[in-house]
Amino acid sequence: MATSAVSRPGGRETRDSVVIRFAGDSGDGMQVTGSQFTLETALAGSDFSTFPDFPAEIRAPTGTTFGVSAFQIHFGGTDVMTPGDSVDVLVAMNPAALTVEMNDLKVGGTVIVDTDAFNERNLKKAGYAKNPLEDDSLARYQVLKFDITKLTADAVKPHGLSSREAHLCRNMWALGLLLWMYGHERTATIEWLQRKFAKKPVIAAANIAALNAGHAFGETAEMTEHMVGYVVPKAAVQAGRYRTVSGTEGLAWGLVAGMRAAGIEKMVFAGYPITPASALLHTLANLRAYGVVTFQAEDEIAASGAALGASYAGALGVTSSSGPGIALKTEMLGLAIATELPLIVIDSQRAGPSTGMPTKAEQSDLFQAVHGRNADAPLAVLAPTSTADCFNIAIEAVRLATKYMTPVIVLSDGYLAHAAEPWRIPHEADLPRFPVTYRTDPEGFHPFLRDPETLARPWVRPGTPQLEHRIGGLERDYDSGHISYDPDNHARMTAARAAKIAGIANDIPLQGVALGEDHGKLAVVGWGSTFGAIHQAVKIARDEGRDVAHIHVRYLSPFPRNLGDLLKRYDRVLVPEMNNGQLVKLLRAEYLVDAEGFSKVTGKPFRVTDIAQRIRGGAPPPSEGSGLGGEAG
Amino acid sequence: MTVTTITDAQLAPKDYASDQEVRWCPGCGDYAILKAVQKACADMGLVRERTVFVSGIGCAARFPYYMSTYGFHTVHGRAPAIATGIKLANPELDVWVMTGDGDGLSIGGNHMLHVLRRNVDLNIILFNNEIYGLTKGQYSPTSRRGTRSPSTPLGSIENPVSACAFALGAGARFVARAIDTLQAHLIGVLKRAHAHRGASFVEILQNCVVFNDAVFEHITGKDVAAEAQVLVDHGQPLVFGKNKEKALRLKPGTLALEIVEATAPDVLVHDETNRPLAQLLAALEPPFPAAMGVLYCSPTESYERDVYAQKGAALGKGDLDALLNSERTWEVAP
Repeated sequence: MATSAVSRPGGRETRDSVVIRFAGDSGDGMQVTGSQFTLETALAGSDFSTFPDFPAEIRAPTGTTFGVSAFQIHFGGTDVMTPGDSVDVLVAMNPAALTVEMNDLKVGGTVIVDTDAFNERNLKKAGYAKNPLEDDSLARYQVLKFDITKLTADAVKPHGLSSREAHLCRNMWALGLLLWMYGHERTATIEWLQRKFAKKPVIAAANIAALNAGHAFGETAEMTEHMVGYVVPKAAVQAGRYRTVSGTEGLAWGLVAGMRAAGIEKMVFAGYPITPASALLHTLANLRAYGVVTFQAEDEIAASGAALGASYAGALGVTSSSGPGIALKTEMLGLAIATELPLIVIDSQRAGPSTGMPTKAEQSDLFQAVHGRNADAPLAVLAPTSTADCFNIAIEAVRLATKYMTPVIVLSDGYLAHAAEPWRIPHEADLPRFPVTYRTDPEGFHPFLRDPETLARPWVRPGTPQLEHRIGGLERDYDSGHISYDPDNHARMTAARAAKIAGIANDIPLQGVALGEDHGKLAVVGWGSTFGAIHQAVKIARDEGRDVAHIHVRYLSPFPRNLGDLLKRYDRVLVPEMNNGQLVKLLRAEYLVDAEGFSKVTGKPFRVTDIAQRIRGGAPPPSEGSGLGGEAG
Repeated sequence: MTVTTITDAQLAPKDYASDQEVRWCPGCGDYAILKAVQKACADMGLVRERTVFVSGIGCAARFPYYMSTYGFHTVHGRAPAIATGIKLANPELDVWVMTGDGDGLSIGGNHMLHVLRRNVDLNIILFNNEIYGLTKGQYSPTSRRGTRSPSTPLGSIENPVSACAFALGAGARFVARAIDTLQAHLIGVLKRAHAHRGASFVEILQNCVVFNDAVFEHITGKDVAAEAQVLVDHGQPLVFGKNKEKALRLKPGTLALEIVEATAPDVLVHDETNRPLAQLLAALEPPFPAAMGVLYCSPTESYERDVYAQKGAALGKGDLDALLNSERTWEVAP
């Protein structure tokens, strides 16, 4: 959401915020380029939000549209809460990237292309009958045509690289140019290249040469081709030490912090490879020094079983997957509910049903998380609102799982898993403490003796003398824990399991209003990763004078105990979700509120304008908005 | 408070029994197995609080309820996965997996394959009665062709899996076979299984009196046992028959066994570290005798030991602040 130029200090125009998308072939290094640009942006003091969009194919044939990999960054001084609706600057390394990413470019936006890549072969692969650089098809945009391939080759020539190796430096040239455009430093990138290629100093030097050449080109071109440099103001943020954090990192570190907070010595994280959840397994596999043992199981079922076995033995059992894998864990969730053991399940949701669109985000596992089990099987469900919130929500999941002896599902998604934001780094000393107590006292013990306040049963580690007992999936007697098929007892146990989870509502924060008043004409109610888009849309609507508030629900089972009353204080309730209407149905069922759904199931996050337009009462854009719409993916 | 630990070395078999009434059908082979396990526990002086029996679903899976140790009755086929998690969390626990032919080789076949291949230090006891008992008598993956059951009224047309051959194929390092009613032998096998570090796989031929009665009669019947079983013992010749007058040896020029007079030259001597021999023994079918005892035992480091022994694998209490501040950070001034 760039605003038009207001001034030109030091020859540079000022922009409140900018959206850049780097796009190229899977092998063009666009993710790395985007990450490094993000780092330099962070060091320059801007707020930012990023969104990587890469293909499901590992190495799609070069030059094809389905092999396009993109990385979007939105950065600026204020209110950067989403990766941005539309793109100000598109870097297209080949024709396929241009054709795939063009639609999101603003009219009047800038396209930077590598002319060398616009050859007949690549144009044909991308489906262009004619070279778009040679007709007027791009007339509505500012097109900067550079022979990046040749300029890179010239820059790296002194280092004696093969033409293939030289070609691989093109992304650094483009990065250098973009860093110049926004007045960013190159130091961190140079240091990163030196580290990354520590064992290949020639490659490091060549990449640095390409980076510098791109930067120098910007300075020179400013004179000769009237290229404009920009200044983006720093963000006014709370003082402290910052870093970038992805949702995956936030969850991994939050789980470790939660384990510490609970005073548990060991985490057993059991997973099975699945997109987009595998990154969490990879991240935690490196945290042995923090008490984390990871286990790649033979399937999703075994992963959940091993995690539950670990919890039974007194460790923090955690398992993770995406929708199709969570479905396989269902029976183990039932066992965890029946045996009342702590278990944390991280669901990185993706578009479905079945295999669906593995790399595309969706919020369509809410029903599965809340209700997707046989019988009456309640558990707690939480959803982080941002990558930074992933850290907090993981800690909260550990607290609830251990305090209430229950499985907790955390609903992340493919967007949160990969997106990154700046994060004010917390200090361990400031984190909450909720030490668990393992039962050791045999006096009056039975395994389903309940804490009168939480209704949780005691956690007993095998190895504890005189507390030997048997648990399992068969119904058990309320008073002794022995197997029981007594009808009244089953009714009593069903009620106890429900009451335990319902009681969590008294132990979580009341539902607040993220923006606006706690009553009025319209409440826009969201959950999960849509926070930024909803928040911005509500802000825009409020700036237009509309009576609208933003409510974001982090606790989805149980709901905060004031949620129903809160919603009833608005004339209308609108629920935007990246699914075909799930939270809206839960709210209607729970509170009898006449909530309206607003679905987006295109595999892409909501744009701010989608929601803003809906708040204004407009129809959603045809290809993006309605639950029935959708774009090819 | 102070907890007095009973010296478990002094415990009798009955001390390993829980206060729960055993609910198997009268005459079920499971009673004999329960008795043998309790006797083996007493003989080995197992510490009850450090012992965990884990099971899936089925008649055999009720086993943990009848033991005075820790017990976890889980879901169908998944006991190996849950037991793996228990061992990862606490490698010091003595963990037993009690399973059946349906639980362990059908719905849980995948977990069985992987727990054996990984060599997690578990005692896996598979009660093979060649039938689904708890669900009232359907054919199982070990049922022989022709087995008539409610789901195969015309007789099963499936080829059965051999539990021990499966275990060997999965890479198990300890594979044994025993019979529910052959108590002394069974107790000996259980002790061997327990002594073996790594995954120990024991198939017990167990009679289901209700749905598959006498299915092993051709092996276990008093009148045929001597001819129909070869009790294997490491370092001892593979002989059988009423007077041990018969023996097994390699048929010259082949990789097959043949039955010869015990006095014949080149009678095979059992070598439990020899995997190909174990595979031959596991697969024996009539007219050959069924092989009983420790077919294969070749220890290697167990999975959960390796998990913690790997270089750089030591668990620690690393500095969380250092972790959160790793990689590039920047300071925003007030």
